[in-house]
Amino acid sequence: MDDLDRRLINRLQLGLPLVRNPWQALASELDSSSTELLHRLHELLCEGILTRFGPMFDIERLGGAFTLAALAVPEERFEEVAEQLHALPEVAHNYRREHAWNMWFVLACATEQDVTDTLQYIETLTGLPLLNLPKEETYHVGLYFPV
Amino acid sequence: MSVCTSRSEDTLAHRLIELTQAGLPLLDDPWAWLAEQLDLSIESTLDLLKRLQAEGAIRRIAAVPNHYRLGYRYNGMTVWDVRDTDMPRLGALIGAQPFVSHCYRRPRRTAWRYNLFAMVHGRSREEIDSYREHLRYLLGDACVADEMLVSSRILKKTGVRLMPLSSTHTL
Repeated sequence: MDDLDRRLINRLQLGLPLVRNPWQALASELDSSSTELLHRLHELLCEGILTRFGPMFDIERLGGAFTLAALAVPEERFEEVAEQLHALPEVAHNYRREHAWNMWFVLACATEQDVTDTLQYIETLTGLPLLNLPKEETYHVGLYFPV
Repeated sequence: MSVCTSRSEDTLAHRLIELTQAGLPLLDDPWAWLAEQLDLSIESTLDLLKRLQAEGAIRRIAAVPNHYRLGYRYNGMTVWDVRDTDMPRLGALIGAQPFVSHCYRRPRRTAWRYNLFAMVHGRSREEIDSYREHLRYLLGDACVADEMLVSSRILKKTGVRLMPLSSTHTL
């Protein structure tokens, strides 16, 4: 990765300008050419330094129902419960976190009723109490990792 | 719930998601490609993108880095017990910090006292510890307790996709 790669990575995290010739606009900003930038972007995607380039949709605004939930799983049952959750298509993310509430997952469902049903199902399936923490207000969403 | 103003716009937005879920083709003129796929003029396509971005349905058209590959291996979910009356001001302030990627208000529960969540990312444990210290300083007296839950393992990461199929579970 050289200096132009770094500047491209930083700039592309902020978004492609919605103008008629976006790559030419970026090329003049970064003092390069659109061909060079597209070539570099292709390489960065191939190498896996970038995982995706495209519109970042706020899927939640286009429909569906979501929540963040947590379980306090006894250590000896941790793998078993992780597998149970892994098998559920509604579980979009699941992380182990170092805390008494040690399993944190996001549910993505079509409707609020599906969220309620899935949480109920997980409680019954695991026999563990569950913390349901749907977002009430969004103050910020935006990953930016400068290099 | 939809932010789109009309049925046809809704359909276009969904079509756009299908077309670009895997990414936007790396073409010199990506809008011309999209216009052809959507059967719109280039101008209408650009207008549609601008509208969706203004409404928030599209956050931006951007690159998503593999943050592990860029050295950001540590993430902490910082959680704060913030006085309710101070939440609108402080939520916005915490969310505006450059090292905070996600910031939300969530409900308190009997077994959970924290109402403000802020995700921080860094290249070392020390870095995320220092971010937490900074947030604590910004929150001041309005915050009576906090914790940072550091992730130690990804158990599942499929991402949130458009409209998962409705399903019912039976034990």
